[in-house]
Amino acid sequence: MNEITPASIGLSREDLPNSYIGRSVPRPNAAKLVQGRATYTDDVVLPRMLHAAFLRSPHAHARILSIETAGALATPGVVRVFTGRDIAAVCDPWVAVLDHLKGMKSAPQYPLPLERATWQGEPVVAVVAESRAAAEDGVAALRVEWEPLPAQTDMETALAPGAVVIHPELGDNLVFTRTAAAGDVEAAFAKAHKVVEATFVTARHTGVTLEPRSIIADYNRADGTLTVHHSTQAPHMMQGVFAKHLRLREADVRVICKDVGGSFGIKVHVYPDEVAVAAIARIMGRPIKFVADRFESFQSDIHARDHRIKARIAVDANGRILGFDVDDLTGIGPYSVYPRTSAIEGNQVVNLCGGPYDFQHYRCTTRVVLQNKTPTCQYRAVGHPIATAVTEGLVDMAAEALGMDPIAFRRLNLIRDDAYPRSSPSGMRFEGLSHHASLDKLLEMVPVERIRADQSAQRARGVYRGLGFASFIELTNPSPFMYGIGGARISAQDGATVRMDPDGSVVVASGVTEQGQGTEAILAQIVAHGVGVPVERVKVVTGDTQNTPYGGGTWACRGAGIGGEAALQSALALRAQILEVAGAMLQARPETLDVAMGEVVDRASGTPRLSLAELGRIVYFRGDTLPKDLARELVQTRHFITKEYPFAFTNGIQACWAEVDVETGMVKVLEHWCVEDCGRVINPLLVDEQVRGGIVQGLGGALYEHCVYDAEGNLLTTTMADYLVPMSAEMPDIHVGHVETPTRESLLGAKGAGEAGTAGAPAALMNAINDALRPFGARVTEQPFTPARILRALGRI
Amino acid sequence: MKWPAIGYVRARSLDDLWEAQRTHGAAAQVLAGGQTLLATLAFRLSEPGVLVDITRIPELRGVALRDGVLRIGALTRHAELGRDPLIARHAPLIAAAVPYIAHPAIRNRGTIGGSLAYADPAAELPACAVALDATLHLLSARGERRVKAEGFFTGLLSTLLEPGEIIAAVELPPASPAQRSAILEVSRRSGDYAMAGIAAVLELDAAGQVASPRLTFFGVGDRPVLATRANAALAGRVLDAAAIAAAAEALEGDLDPPADLHGPPEMKRHLARVLLRRALAQFLPAREKAA
Repeated sequence: MNEITPASIGLSREDLPNSYIGRSVPRPNAAKLVQGRATYTDDVVLPRMLHAAFLRSPHAHARILSIETAGALATPGVVRVFTGRDIAAVCDPWVAVLDHLKGMKSAPQYPLPLERATWQGEPVVAVVAESRAAAEDGVAALRVEWEPLPAQTDMETALAPGAVVIHPELGDNLVFTRTAAAGDVEAAFAKAHKVVEATFVTARHTGVTLEPRSIIADYNRADGTLTVHHSTQAPHMMQGVFAKHLRLREADVRVICKDVGGSFGIKVHVYPDEVAVAAIARIMGRPIKFVADRFESFQSDIHARDHRIKARIAVDANGRILGFDVDDLTGIGPYSVYPRTSAIEGNQVVNLCGGPYDFQHYRCTTRVVLQNKTPTCQYRAVGHPIATAVTEGLVDMAAEALGMDPIAFRRLNLIRDDAYPRSSPSGMRFEGLSHHASLDKLLEMVPVERIRADQSAQRARGVYRGLGFASFIELTNPSPFMYGIGGARISAQDGATVRMDPDGSVVVASGVTEQGQGTEAILAQIVAHGVGVPVERVKVVTGDTQNTPYGGGTWACRGAGIGGEAALQSALALRAQILEVAGAMLQARPETLDVAMGEVVDRASGTPRLSLAELGRIVYFRGDTLPKDLARELVQTRHFITKEYPFAFTNGIQACWAEVDVETGMVKVLEHWCVEDCGRVINPLLVDEQVRGGIVQGLGGALYEHCVYDAEGNLLTTTMADYLVPMSAEMPDIHVGHVETPTRESLLGAKGAGEAGTAGAPAALMNAINDALRPFGARVTEQPFTPARILRALGRI
Repeated sequence: MKWPAIGYVRARSLDDLWEAQRTHGAAAQVLAGGQTLLATLAFRLSEPGVLVDITRIPELRGVALRDGVLRIGALTRHAELGRDPLIARHAPLIAAAVPYIAHPAIRNRGTIGGSLAYADPAAELPACAVALDATLHLLSARGERRVKAEGFFTGLLSTLLEPGEIIAAVELPPASPAQRSAILEVSRRSGDYAMAGIAAVLELDAAGQVASPRLTFFGVGDRPVLATRANAALAGRVLDAAAIAAAAEALEGDLDPPADLHGPPEMKRHLARVLLRRALAQFLPAREKAA
């Protein structure tokens, strides 16, 4: 069932020109994007539209004593001002918890707070005006009287006596804690040959999408509908959120999401300013636009990865890993973010540590605490880069302690490729992974001997280079076990409708969404392949709750695996329907026919029999000539959901070759490699670019990116000059290879590929830096690996 | 981040400029390359009443060598500095500094006068001006004056410029055949402001003896820092490893760097020493380098 063979999907020849799956088909929407003809939310201009700007809290924690709006209302162009109470009159607050995260708690969050601001940058007052500039003039004329309150900024003291309890009704700042345990950690570590431990820090990051968060909400009083143009990853989820909290019927809310300029997880969350905009539209009955500027993006887009992890590994005298013992602490800001919650990242650390390896004893605890900083939530590769840095950092240290080569140590301990299916000590179920095949493939690509020789020669000249490796697993194709079982209306299934129009062209409408990553390209490929038409004859519709089947959208690397399978199944169903009609027209049995490049052909000989345009003409305009009882609906819908495994895990391994200037502490990444196994590769070009982009984001986090706060909770990195993203000049050549272990849950066999690069890159770079620093006995484990931290590790400052 | 409502006047001559200043007083803000000003407007950090665009004033443009002085008009863009043959020949340090200044789009618009007037302590051109012992030609409705770059920078983003006064040109003594110069910096990414940088200028005679050393550091203080003690340690000595070590040691007394987002003061001190050694090593004769 799992192989795409001529027999399995009825193709007459695997090398038909429209056998697109597995080929680097160019993206059909690329020209539109580079010519500036895309439609981003900010490009949408509606009649009677007004613009919103927000006064944001200048304090990390402060009571709102009074809000004086007269000056704003007197500002030219300003139409209306909204405070928290104005919004709360039409909009219910939310509490972001999930039932399956036992004991989780969070406080009700309003679009604009009623009494207290709890992070610097929290939206407090909305000004609506004829233009964004006038709205900002209005914001400048507002007068808010604040009573600054002590802020809880340090997560290390958030649970200590004397901590500022951010929401007194919760009793303390503990949002969630979970411990996973297997085997007997205490005994295993007590009898171990070696135990190595370290403390790792991963820095607070944010996603920095090229297109900032954008929304236009338009409430039509005439028919009671709310139409929202939204730069989002999950239109159907947002439809439900707007309906629930604005007290509307879900059917009366439509979310439209055309082009999106990058998401990385940032745009799959409910933001208070965006809900406030929808509430304002509901009140005013006019379209309201809000586009976050870069300054407020840094303060209000979700942050992520603010973790401190104390961890140790135990190994026996033969170099076998006995166990991992991990203690994770993460600060998430003052609220868990709705509806996915901010406990998932810590939970992922618990799920994923040690993931690639064969060991018995495991203990991992995460504690998720509140603090007065920007809320954190899911960002590309949620938890993976953290767990991978901890695991692979410890693996390298253990290999060093044993005097073993890090490659040999990994080969000894990685789960065997024939050991599946199996479960990890943390309870993750693996259908089929390829750690050893991936390592073998990586070693074909990385010239290890030449690199090691160069390393020695360079050291003699005072140049310090290092080679680092990082194996990883990645969670993709999530089932309802991720969110649905916790009570969140987040769809794990997805649908596709494929239809043939009279001219023989094909349209696919899908519930998964395009964020700039190429979803529409692979949908077109899959449908062209499945139906049997040239890819340029396929149009793709995504991002409209009124015109696409219900689905979850884009997150957790599910677009190809879930949305792609739904598209393939509906395309195959359409082809079967086309052949049934063609059989009737040609007086032939459908199974003797096929569709190739837009024509019905004789299956055995490939001889063209009938064009799809002619078939379309007959079906749509001369249906009278067809047999009366012939089904001729040239439109098919299929939905897909995974059923056997909670998640389709993928795996891979990365290598990084880097040079450290030991006098300045600067790191130069010389070359980077990744072999990953995302199952069936639908489009090698797109997968490679996803991996490369992910690696760049991972390297960015490891070297540069950091949301820096002072002790009072003031965010210091609020521009692109302070929050350093990776730039092309600093990025290395990145080589990508593939091993393909298709999932058997679907015909397509695809798993996710979008987060693999980010998952492994920071760990590979950390290990490369530490390999370079080895002659000095220096080591860094705190990201980002800044010159100051490296110089400190070297004892030079 | 939208600008406040703002007026705009294009000055086509110095008289236009003085007229605009008379009319608008303190509300008038000079606009040249705009690479700093426009961002501060978007942040609403400043709300001038009217921008007076000086980019069409001919007296502020052009690069010329006249009467033994290299005169660089204040409106000369960074990219122009990098490709001007007179600058390449007579002030090679400035040409060498250009690739370090931000990114090409900014270099195509930003001006030398703007960079000096803004006086960012981590910027390259103020340090180059000090290292090259430049004289700044200042103009105002009241007349003109000339000040040394070394005294022009008075603190963080502060200069001797008085209200209504502008930089007209940077005047430099052309590089002598004995002059050696180098610029080096450490920044997190290419194009970022320097965590520490050095603009090094000195003269080396045939015997390798140092004269007129003007090592100037940037990104390590509230203004470009002329390293007086390090320079004194070098002056008159034959440039060799011992002289470099002596200069590096003397540098300690020249610097009092602040902490910034990238690291503590001791990191800046350390980086300054590393840069001093690396810059001076470039001037060593080949046989010394090999050793």
